[in-house]
Amino acid sequence: MAEKKIKIIVAKPGLDGHDRGAKLLSRIFAEAGMEVVYTGLRQTPEMIVEAALQEDADVVGLSSLSGVHNYFFPKVVELLKAKKLSNVLVVGGGIIPLEDIPTLKKAGIAEIFGPGTPTDTIVGFIKANVKSK
Amino acid sequence: MDDFDYVAEILKGSPLAMARVMTWLENEDERARSCMEKIYPHTGNAYVLGITGSPGTGKSTLTDGVTWQLRNKELTVGIVAVDPSSPFTGGALLGDRIRMTRHSADPGVFMRSMATRGYLGGLAQFTRGAVKVLDAGGKDFVIIETVGVGQDEVDVMRVADTTCVVLVPGLGDVIQSMKAGIMEIADIYVINKYDRPGADQLFAEVQFRVDQDASIKDRAWVPPVIATVAVEGKGEDDLLEAITAHRTYLEQSGRLLEKRRNRINEETLQMIHHELFRIIRERLTKDSRIEQMVEEIMNHKLNPYNVVEKVVNEWLPASRLK
Repeated sequence: MAEKKIKIIVAKPGLDGHDRGAKLLSRIFAEAGMEVVYTGLRQTPEMIVEAALQEDADVVGLSSLSGVHNYFFPKVVELLKAKKLSNVLVVGGGIIPLEDIPTLKKAGIAEIFGPGTPTDTIVGFIKANVKSK
Repeated sequence: MDDFDYVAEILKGSPLAMARVMTWLENEDERARSCMEKIYPHTGNAYVLGITGSPGTGKSTLTDGVTWQLRNKELTVGIVAVDPSSPFTGGALLGDRIRMTRHSADPGVFMRSMATRGYLGGLAQFTRGAVKVLDAGGKDFVIIETVGVGQDEVDVMRVADTTCVVLVPGLGDVIQSMKAGIMEIADIYVINKYDRPGADQLFAEVQFRVDQDASIKDRAWVPPVIATVAVEGKGEDDLLEAITAHRTYLEQSGRLLEKRRNRINEETLQMIHHELFRIIRERLTKDSRIEQMVEEIMNHKLNPYNVVEKVVNEWLPASRLK
């Protein structure tokens, strides 16, 4: 069997015009040997989940800077479950107030990475928590 | 999901099943093989379109446009878009979905990104397999978008029924368009970014090549040259018309069957090649024999030529009979 690759969707849900961070992370994940599907700006949860489904992604990475995380992040988890994709690891990042993190984790987002998180930490977390298929 | 019948689900067009079997193919997971065997009899119905060209010529945007045109005719579409893997890290940035977001919630479109994982020729090794999965899943059209190619990555013509070569102004003079390789494989030439300076000249040069080709050798199909501005959706209807005309030509002349027969021939040989190589590589690496051989070659006790003979005779005794 050939070496398995981690496939990750990097998406920015909602109305948010800034994707420098998401683009940089896409590069970092690719440098870490992952296959990164970058979906671009202004994604609905439905579009993100459809991408995860068709790409058979192991991980969905959500980035939000515009304060929409409390709605969009849990919605993505919920739709993934509805599509029988509960094995997909969901992580988030961006500008997320600390007090929102417990609720997001409870909703099924595995980890939230704020500004300044060392990228090794993010890559390490994904590699340690990705599930086999 | 152990009771999930992947074959039955693929035949029903389930995206989940199609996506997972494509992953198994890519990973050379043994579960892929029995699925592929069972879906194979249900393949051969989809029309396969290849879109190739240099990086940044607009292949993804054209793929999106053609998909749009096909959807307007209520045809379903599968897309396999290939992007390169890093030779250093093995990672890949697959960015073709960005151009196709308007189809992302359309159940009539299934789009899969695929990394080359070191495979040369413009496709990934298992692009063919992914096309079959989409075909068995009932897609009317399957579009293959190659990696951005240079001059010699022509595998797509061995998989596609119709191959479109996308060119843009500003990449070279008339001599470039006369060369062998990619310029030979087009069933249709697309001059994209036709709003850019130099487009008319490029059109004339490509048309000149087409005319040259026709005068060198009689051809039943003369590739049309189509002008497009993909970001504005211009010329995409002309492109679909050209694709349809080529399809009609292939079907009526019997060339389609001939093409597919050649394809099966080539593919079967390639699969045998791959499987034999896989088995031998596995055995040679398992007991680190390959390292020993390398050492002996380094010390000039052996050479690669007698190693090949030795290995082949050891595991393929029949070759001694020749």
